[in-house]
Amino acid sequence: MAEERIPVLETRKLGITFGGLVAVSDFNIKVFRGELVGLIGPNGAGKTTVFNMLTGVYKPTEGSVLLEGEVLNGKKTHQFVAAGIARTFQNIRLFKQMTVLENVLAAFTKDIKYGMIETLFRTPKFWKTEKELKEKALDLLSIFHLEDKAEYVAANLPYGQQRKLEIARALATDMKLLLLDEPAAGMNPTETTELLECINAIRNRFGIAILLIEHDMSLVMNICERIQVIDYGITIAEGLPEEIAKNPKVIAAYLGQ
Amino acid sequence: MIKNRTAQGYLLNTVVIAVLLIGFAFFKGALGGGGEFKLIIVPSIWQCCYLIILAASLNLSLGFLGQLSLGHCGFMAVGAYAAALLSLAAERAGVFEDKSGTAFLLVLAGCIIAAGILAAIVGLLVGIPALRLKGDYLAIITLGFGMIIVNIINNLPFAGQEGLALGSASASLYKNGLGFGTALKVTYIWVAIAVTLVCLVMMFMFVRSKYGRAIRAIRDDEIAASASGINTSYYKTFTFAYSAFFAGVAGALYACANATLSTSSFAFANGGILNSTFVVVMVVLGGMGSLTGSIVAAVIMFLVNYQIKNGVWVQHLPAWLQNIFSFPMLVYAVILIIVIMFRPKGIFGSYELSLRNFFSDIKLQRQNRLAQKLESKEALRNG
Ligand SMILES: Nc1ncnc2c1ncn2[C@@H]1O[C@H](COP(=O)(O)OP(=O)(O)OP(=O)(O)O)[C@@H](O)[C@H]1O
Ligand SMILES: [Mg+2]
Repeated sequence: MAEERIPVLETRKLGITFGGLVAVSDFNIKVFRGELVGLIGPNGAGKTTVFNMLTGVYKPTEGSVLLEGEVLNGKKTHQFVAAGIARTFQNIRLFKQMTVLENVLAAFTKDIKYGMIETLFRTPKFWKTEKELKEKALDLLSIFHLEDKAEYVAANLPYGQQRKLEIARALATDMKLLLLDEPAAGMNPTETTELLECINAIRNRFGIAILLIEHDMSLVMNICERIQVIDYGITIAEGLPEEIAKNPKVIAAYLGQ
Repeated sequence: MIKNRTAQGYLLNTVVIAVLLIGFAFFKGALGGGGEFKLIIVPSIWQCCYLIILAASLNLSLGFLGQLSLGHCGFMAVGAYAAALLSLAAERAGVFEDKSGTAFLLVLAGCIIAAGILAAIVGLLVGIPALRLKGDYLAIITLGFGMIIVNIINNLPFAGQEGLALGSASASLYKNGLGFGTALKVTYIWVAIAVTLVCLVMMFMFVRSKYGRAIRAIRDDEIAASASGINTSYYKTFTFAYSAFFAGVAGALYACANATLSTSSFAFANGGILNSTFVVVMVVLGGMGSLTGSIVAAVIMFLVNYQIKNGVWVQHLPAWLQNIFSFPMLVYAVILIIVIMFRPKGIFGSYELSLRNFFSDIKLQRQNRLAQKLESKEALRNG
C-alpha cells in the first residue's frame, strides 16, 4: 500500500508570508519514489515559492519539510542538497563562465573526499578522483547529448541545451528528489519532446522522485502521474490528470487568468 | 614519450622555468654583478616577486571567488611585521649571528611561513563576519578592516608609528633582523624567486581542483552554487584566508627587501605602490580569473610605476604632465578606466596562458566565439 511507505518528500502545513502577503499557505504534498508529480497553477500562484522553501532558499514561516521522514527545517540550502533534494531554476542559473563539463563537476564538490594536502601535492588519490568524476560527468552529459560540447563555455550553449545542462548538473548531486521549475519554458515543440524523453530516461535510470512545475497543461497531463494545483498559494485540487482536467475549480482558476 | 597530457604540461613548465633560471644565472654572470645589476635589477626583481604574489593572491578572492576585497594590503602588513619582528626576536635570542649560514636560512623560512599563517588567521577573522556581505558593502567593510589592521600595528608598543626603524624595537631592519642590504639582496635573490614560484604553484593547484571549481561556481551564481550542494560560506571564508596567506608571504618578502618598515606604506591612501587599490588595478588589468594574467600585469604595473618615478623621458614631458605623474594614484586610476573601457575583461580575461595548450586553446576560443555568434543570431531570429 502506498500509504505505508515513507514518502521521499512530505510537507506538512507548509506556508510563507512576505510582509503581509500570504504567498503560500497550508501546502501539503507527498511524493513517493519513482513518481512524477506535477505542480501547476496560474502565474504568481506560488509554485516557485514552494520550490524555494523545499530547498532552503526561503525559510517557511510555518509548517515543515520532510525528506524520507527527516525534518529539514532550518537547514541551509547546501544541506538540503546534501540530504537529497536537487533543483533547476525557472530562469536558468548556470555557472556561465565555466565550461559545460565544469558545471557538472562543480555539483560533485560535496562528495569529493580529497582535501588541501591532496590538492597541493597532486597525490594519486587526487588524480583518481578527478578522473572518475570526469567520466561520471561525461556519462551524465551523454544522457542529454551534451558530451561533445563538454569544453564549451556554458553561456555559449543554445537555450534548450542550457536547460538540459541545468538538469544534468542537478543530477550530479546524487539526489532522491528532483525539482524541475518549468523545464520546457521557452522551448520549441521538438525541443520539448526531446526533453520529455530525457526526463523519462532519468526517471527510469535513477529511480528518483520528480516534482515538476509546468505551465504547458498538455505536457503535464501527458507525463505526470499525479497533479497538484495551487492558486493564490492555496491548494485547490489534487489527483490524477484526467480528474484535474475536469475539475471546475481548476478550469475557473486558469480561465480567470 | 609521455602519454599523459597533464604530466607533459608539468614537465614543459618545469623545463621552461629551469631554462629561464639558468638564463638568469648567465645574465647575472655577464653583468658581473656590477652596479646597475645590484642597484636596479635585483631590487626590481624583489619588488616584482612580491607584487606578483600579491596580485595573484588577490585574484583568488577577486577574480575566482568574485568578492571585491579592498583590504589586501592589510594582510600584507600583518605578514611584513610578523616576519620582521620574529626575525628580530630570533636575532636577539642569538639564533643567528650574521645573515648567512643554515641557521639564518631556517629563520628566514620560518619567518616567511609564520607571516603567511598569521595573515591567514587574520584573514579568517576578517572573512567570517565580512563575507556575509556582498558587493559594495563587502568592499567598504574590507577597506575598513584593512585600515583597522594598519592602525592596530601602528599602536603596537613594539612596532611603533615610525615603523621598525625608529620604533621601540629600535633596531633598523637593515642592520638587524630580515632587512637585506644591496649585497644580501643579490645573494638571496633565489629566495625571492623560489618563494614566488612555490606560491604560484600552490595557487595554481588550488584553482585547478574542486576548490577552484567551487569558488568559480560561487562567483558565477551563488544561489545556484548552494543549490548544487556547495557550502558557499565555507569555501568563501577558506579562499579569503588562503588568499590572505599569500599576502602575508608577500609581506615577508617586502620585509626582506626593505631596510625599514613603516605602516604608512601599507595604508590605503598612500601614493606608493603598496596600496590595495594598486593591487586591484593589477588584477583587473591582468584579467579576473587568470593567474598568469596577474603575473604579467604585476610586471607591467611595476614597470609603469618605475618609469613614472625614475624614467629619463619623464623630464622631457610638458610640466603639467609631470605634475600629474607626481600623483601616481591618478595615473593608476586612468589606467584602470582605460582598461575597463576598452578591455573590460583585462588583458587575459579568464584565459590562462599555458605553454602546452597555447595553440589548441586559440582554436577552442575561436570555436566558442563562433558558437556565441550563432547563439545570438538564433536568439534574434526567435525573439
Ligand atoms: N522574495 C519575495 N518577496 C516578496 N514577495 C514574493 C517573493 N517571492 C515571491 N513573492 C510573491 O509570491 C507570489 C508567488 O510567486 P511565485 O514566483 O512563487 O509564483 P509562480 O507560481 O512561480 O509564478 P510563475 O508561473 O509566474 O512562475 C507572487 O505574488 C510573488 O510576488
Ligand atoms: Mg515560478
